[in-house]
Amino acid sequence: MRRYGYFPGCSLMVTNRAYSISATRVARELGVELAEVSDWNCCGATAYLALSEAKAFVMSARNLALAEAEGHDTLVAACSGCYVVLRKTGKYLDEKPAVRSRVTKALAAGDMTYNRTVKVRHLLDVLVNDCGEEGVRARVKKPLEGLKVAAYYGCQVGRPFGEADDPEFPVTMDRLMGWLGATTVDFPVRAACCGGLTMTTEPDLGMEMTGRILRVARERGADCIATACPLCQINLEAYQDKIGRKLGTDLRMPVVYFTQLMGRAFGLSSQEVMAQDSLTDVSAVLA
Amino acid sequence: MSTNERIGVYICHCGSNIAQTVDCGALTEYAKTLPGVVVAKEYKYMCSDPGQDLIKKDVAENKLTRVVVSSCSPLMHEETFRTAVEDAGLNRFLFQMSNIREQVSWVHKDKVKATEKAKKLLRAAANRVLHQRPLERREVPVMPEVVVVGGGIAGIEAALRLADAGKKVHLVEKEPTIGGHMARFDKTFPTLDCAACILTPKMVSVGQHPNINLMVCSEVEEVSGYTGNFKVKVRKKATCVDNEKCVGCGVCWEKCPAKKISSEFEEGLANRTAIYIPFPQAVPKRPVIDRDNCIYFKTGKCKVCEKFCDRKAIDFEQKDEVVELTVGAVIAATGFETLDPRELPRYGYGRFDNVLSPLEFERMTNASGPTAGKVLLKDGTAPKSVAILHCIGSRDEKHLKHCSRVCCMYSLKFAHLVEEKTHAEITNFYIDIRAFGKGYEEFYHRLLKEGVTFVRGKAAEVTDVVEAPEEQGKLVVVAEDTLLGKVRRVPVDMVVLSTGLRARSDAGHMAHVLGISRSADGFFLERHPKLGPVDTPTEGIYLAGACQGPKDIPDSVAQGAAAAACALSLIVRGRVVLEPVTAEIDEKKCAGCKLCIANCPYSAIEYDEGKKVSVVIEALCKGCGTCVATCPSGAARQKNFEDAQISSEIVGILASM
Ligand SMILES: Cc1cc2nc3c(=O)[nH]c(=O)nc-3n(C[C@H](O)[C@H](O)[C@H](O)COP(=O)(O)OP(=O)(O)OC[C@H]3O[C@@H](n4cnc5c(N)ncnc54)[C@H](O)[C@@H]3O)c2cc1C
Ligand code: SF4
Ligand code: SF4
Repeated sequence: MRRYGYFPGCSLMVTNRAYSISATRVARELGVELAEVSDWNCCGATAYLALSEAKAFVMSARNLALAEAEGHDTLVAACSGCYVVLRKTGKYLDEKPAVRSRVTKALAAGDMTYNRTVKVRHLLDVLVNDCGEEGVRARVKKPLEGLKVAAYYGCQVGRPFGEADDPEFPVTMDRLMGWLGATTVDFPVRAACCGGLTMTTEPDLGMEMTGRILRVARERGADCIATACPLCQINLEAYQDKIGRKLGTDLRMPVVYFTQLMGRAFGLSSQEVMAQDSLTDVSAVLA
Repeated sequence: MSTNERIGVYICHCGSNIAQTVDCGALTEYAKTLPGVVVAKEYKYMCSDPGQDLIKKDVAENKLTRVVVSSCSPLMHEETFRTAVEDAGLNRFLFQMSNIREQVSWVHKDKVKATEKAKKLLRAAANRVLHQRPLERREVPVMPEVVVVGGGIAGIEAALRLADAGKKVHLVEKEPTIGGHMARFDKTFPTLDCAACILTPKMVSVGQHPNINLMVCSEVEEVSGYTGNFKVKVRKKATCVDNEKCVGCGVCWEKCPAKKISSEFEEGLANRTAIYIPFPQAVPKRPVIDRDNCIYFKTGKCKVCEKFCDRKAIDFEQKDEVVELTVGAVIAATGFETLDPRELPRYGYGRFDNVLSPLEFERMTNASGPTAGKVLLKDGTAPKSVAILHCIGSRDEKHLKHCSRVCCMYSLKFAHLVEEKTHAEITNFYIDIRAFGKGYEEFYHRLLKEGVTFVRGKAAEVTDVVEAPEEQGKLVVVAEDTLLGKVRRVPVDMVVLSTGLRARSDAGHMAHVLGISRSADGFFLERHPKLGPVDTPTEGIYLAGACQGPKDIPDSVAQGAAAAACALSLIVRGRVVLEPVTAEIDEKKCAGCKLCIANCPYSAIEYDEGKKVSVVIEALCKGCGTCVATCPSGAARQKNFEDAQISSEIVGILASM
């Protein structure tokens, strides 16, 4: 069994636990153990990063140090926000001596060290690229035949790092859906930003951005949108009625994590992939 | 250390350059205390004629056997003093220089410490000079012929210049015709003259020139030898046509039944036959058979071309031929590639019908191209609006970091051609307009007057997502207009992607064959970015055109002519002096392990199968010392950098005063 350090991140503990639970479950099906790093803390995203980068780096570095101490060479993040902050921290520690010395000092205060040996990767990248077409196809018991998926990546899977796929026009998830027996619709907004936290700070803007993704998915004839990030997921599923009312159109659309679709194709029950947590009507998709 | 040698030491003031920081008097007195020194003098300008005369006079009068000069960097005047020593009757290598200007007076302030350092450097030189040995320089003749690799405009220019000077040139071209990229254009910026009208006559001259041996479908496989004496192995691929017998009548390609083969020359916008010439003005006008697509080669039946060729020129049995040439110089003119727009899927190339690459657009606007020069959409109608996106892949950290230089200008040319041919609404999306050449800015202004719209902002994507009714059925270019500070969406019928220029994908292989290096951008590396833009570190190998970096036609032609001049200057000289500062391998110590052969960057070491030892080919050795460092048996030795010479120098610097 392949073993990776796993960083669930705060949102996956409660609101988006369906993502974490389905991810760990399908990973196990694929012979991959996502070993949660013990005593992890917030990655430092959002407010920290915006207000005091240094604090965010220290928080992320602590997680990297914990993963390193547990012997992991890879830390897998399921949330795209966590992925970007952790990855950025790793990069800055490698390239910027000033950041490195500051972080080293902060970690030392907690009797910790970090030798920069941990590579940060996104869950989507790991499950698709490390397990590969054969590995995934071999697990498929109930192919998702006839299902038309809008594979939605959001921005941070690819940007700024773009290490595993084209940053502007990724295809990783499209490939995966093909292996699961589904088809993906031509979805030009695949890597557009969902609006992120603007949904709360600048709701008009946030609704415009999320609304566009929902609208295009419907226009392109998708049965559902698949996501790879808890924030994208929340924006797309929780606000669709409100945005629809505002724009005067019906924007309803099942929104699921890509891991939930994997689970269904692998023959897991809708219960096992946590369909019950969905805020949209996913009965046709995860049944 | 006692010695029979008689050393003369000369300390230069360099005006006040050295004297104001180094106590030259004290240094001279110190020199007199060093072993073997019989004369020590200081002088205001050692490099001047009176300065050099001092040395010459002392050699004669004081019977000096070795000379040391403490002055500037050897890069500056080593040659001057070596020549003076030689004129005085000593071997030029019985001389050593110590640098007390760049390494002392220019970088220190404290006169006492500076003088101490100057003393140590002087002592090092005086120690070393005792171990120097006389070395002889060799002259070798230069072969009078030249190979030009690549028959684009740069290679054509170089070949014609050399041939016109009466020199024999072998022009090696990979494709079935010469002409390179330029042969595919309709018009050329900034003057819009017709590319064919200015290029074809040159191509014809190449084909007919008695001094040019044109080899198409050919590649250079190996270059060995040294300056003035390169052996170049060229593989002439079998074309299945005997070019001596063929008259280019064209019956074969008219009759060939394999007609649906996508034409490389037309960027796949038109088809060709299996036996073909790339375009009607090809030089040489001789067809070639594309074996992969020829019905006879695939099924064993057909031979229609053979039946119709009354010249009996078709030869299905033809084999590749390997020719070995001996030449004095090699000019690399292998050109460039355009970036494949599929690498940037956000711009929709390959997903949307009417998103074009620049070469596709060139062919489309070409009067003899697939649409006879009409700008047409896939459905055969003329576009009402066209967007031209600059800098696709260029100036982009993730793709090509460099500016490709010509894309702004060819984009302007495209805009003009669209305007002339269709009256469509044209929008150019740019980061900066780089109209750097003669007449280029004027051309830009002409375009502004022609009513072309320029949006300052790099296109972010080309999409078919409809946000407003006027976008229905269109391609929408999304860009941040940085002058307005707004995101703009411009719906159009056609998009042309001005992709950047990159090094050819086989440039690494070619560089290896030629023994030259590449810069970080992948293009061939010149000897000096300013003062040696045509040379490479290997004398006798020159660069021309876009293989050295993105370039327009005028610059490619200029460099082609310059490379020809460099090659001529070498050939006309007739002889080259080979510096004796090379490696040598002691036969007795060599274990024949061949490590040095594997590591020599200049392929200058051979293995003598008879004696089972490695042997340095003196003419090829650049004296880099790699073999000396590599050799586990201490058999490799570098002349003028022998162990005793170097260690005595080190002792001179490190020993206490
Ligand atoms: C779309 C476009 C439009 C342009 N328009 C203009 C314009 O209007 N005006 C202008 O001034 N410039 C223009 N340029 C730039 C122009 O194309 C170049 O300046 C010019 O082609 C450079 O000439 P070259 O001979 O160095 O290279 P190339 O034209 O690339 O020719 C190189 C030749 O070497 C051959 N070759 C390559 N490798 C080997 C090998 N290993 N062995 C043997 N042969 C080999 C190739 O087959 C080719 O024939 C344009 C460029 C592009 C991309
Ligand atoms: S038919 Fe014969 S002579 Fe005529 S072009 Fe073809 S090969 Fe040459
Ligand atoms: S053998 Fe037939 S297919 Fe091949 S080149 Fe000749 S005519 Fe064309």
